[in-house]
Amino acid sequence: MKKHFSRYLLLSTGLVGSLSLFALTSENKIVADPDNAGLKLPAGFGALKVAETGARTRHITVTPQGTIYVKLNRPNKEGKGILMLRETSGGKAEVVNGFSNYGGTGIYSVPGFLYASSDDAVYRYKLSPKGEVTNPTQPEKIITGLINRRQHESKSIAQDKAGNIYVNIGAYSNACQVKDRQKGSLGRPNCPILDSAGGIWQFRADKLNQTYGDGVRYATGLRNVVGLDWNAQSNQLFVMQHGRDQLHDNFPELYDTKQSAELPAECMYALKKGDNAGWPYIYYDNVQRKKMMAPEYGGDGKKEATGNFIDPAAAYPAHTAPNALLFYTGTMFPEKYRNGAFIAFHGSWNRAPEPQKGYYIAFQPFKDGKPSGEWEVFADNFAGAPDKAAAGRPDHKPCGLAQGPDGSLYVTDDKQGTIYRIVYAKK
Amino acid sequence: MKQIIIVVCALTLFSQSAVAQQKTPPKAKPTTKKAATAAKPAAVSAATLTAGKAVYTQNCLTCHMADGGGVERMNPPLNGTTWVLGDKTRLVKVVLNGLEGEDIDGESYASVMPAFEALTDKQIADVLTYVRNSFGNKASGISAAEVKTIRASNKK
Repeated sequence: MKKHFSRYLLLSTGLVGSLSLFALTSENKIVADPDNAGLKLPAGFGALKVAETGARTRHITVTPQGTIYVKLNRPNKEGKGILMLRETSGGKAEVVNGFSNYGGTGIYSVPGFLYASSDDAVYRYKLSPKGEVTNPTQPEKIITGLINRRQHESKSIAQDKAGNIYVNIGAYSNACQVKDRQKGSLGRPNCPILDSAGGIWQFRADKLNQTYGDGVRYATGLRNVVGLDWNAQSNQLFVMQHGRDQLHDNFPELYDTKQSAELPAECMYALKKGDNAGWPYIYYDNVQRKKMMAPEYGGDGKKEATGNFIDPAAAYPAHTAPNALLFYTGTMFPEKYRNGAFIAFHGSWNRAPEPQKGYYIAFQPFKDGKPSGEWEVFADNFAGAPDKAAAGRPDHKPCGLAQGPDGSLYVTDDKQGTIYRIVYAKK
Repeated sequence: MKQIIIVVCALTLFSQSAVAQQKTPPKAKPTTKKAATAAKPAAVSAATLTAGKAVYTQNCLTCHMADGGGVERMNPPLNGTTWVLGDKTRLVKVVLNGLEGEDIDGESYASVMPAFEALTDKQIADVLTYVRNSFGNKASGISAAEVKTIRASNKK
């Protein structure tokens, strides 16, 4: 039942004179695991476990040479916060190096540079022509002093094509209540959190020691974004917001537990500079498909939001926690996936007593740089079994996404540290 | 199996005197040696557990989950931790005042626990007794009188 995927054919079209790459990979076949690494995939796809790191692997990036870097939520036993993996055989890889002494989430590579974030700073490393970090112990500090108050602490990063880097600074609050997550507590007027968090900040990717004053609050009213990516077709930043929690816990007289579990969508936004997505004043009701006034700010579950807030580009089931967004530009997968979005849903906890949900990779079709058509579950069963998902006790929690040079889709899991690779078998 | 039988016997034996024991917590330690090794502390009445579970479902379950296991890196688990099984005063104060920014058994948790001072002494006693005797936990109950005392000293 083993499936073989020849990379020779796939690579030959994309080989732009890189003989070393050719020599390195042409004799190597990707072999899917007999059980597709436990995942449920569309017909023609296969999956393998690339490596078991045993660490809390958050985001991931793969260089054009196929070198894999993963950011760890906190340093591993050896005190390393970034792992470097190199391909071995059959499409698998092994950890060959670790560096950095900080935990975090964000990691992103462009030709020549690797960027990684702690929960309050962004660092840059130099990459050699072979895709290897040349200054592992002396990174350049690009951005510093970002607010970190534990809640929504991840500083995810992405870049555009004009030398700018975008950083999520999550709101250290659920709904900007006077007392966070306190039943009945109302929202703070003119939510002061938004001055330094609850949005996306833009900085230069090549300037050292920038802090708030050097950057621009690119978009605001975003509660917490963990997954974001630059869409080359629309030349625009797309982000995935983690929607608000606890409508019922905060206002039981206005929302029952089912509404609390189902209403506040996880939203995809297409951002322009200066946009306001509305947190904490609104939430997006995934049933009515409307922006609603938050109960902390006078809402009652029926009042629509007022104010100049943008609409989501797409909306997904509440609380499923989109932790990674990746626009697929490879040629390995069939045509329908090209330029569409893969989204890693880390999985919910805030749906009880309703069954928990998520723990899958979704695919959102795009056309001309905009969502087009219904999203679908692409890779399912990271949880291991439906009852494990329902109980919120999954085996694995998908957290990061990256595209390999051959068009493979890499997925991290921050529960057990499994790194997956999803491939397509040409017929 | 033997241990389980001893625990069940101990629970049955002590259940009728649970109320009296809760009023005098320092003496709530089991007196027989068998009980001391098998079921460490006192028994708890089924009524208290039922009442405690109702408070838990309404106020705690969203974050700490139905199995008390919490959520990785977000909300701490309630099973097997000294925060639940240890000092009662500290535990009652967590409910009264909420908790933020504390590492629990070496792990950090991102979420904020709000204060639940609006709960009555009995509700807090019931829910903590339930938590201390659920999810694999076994510890003495907490009485409403104890909560009242701690609440009084909590006000400054």
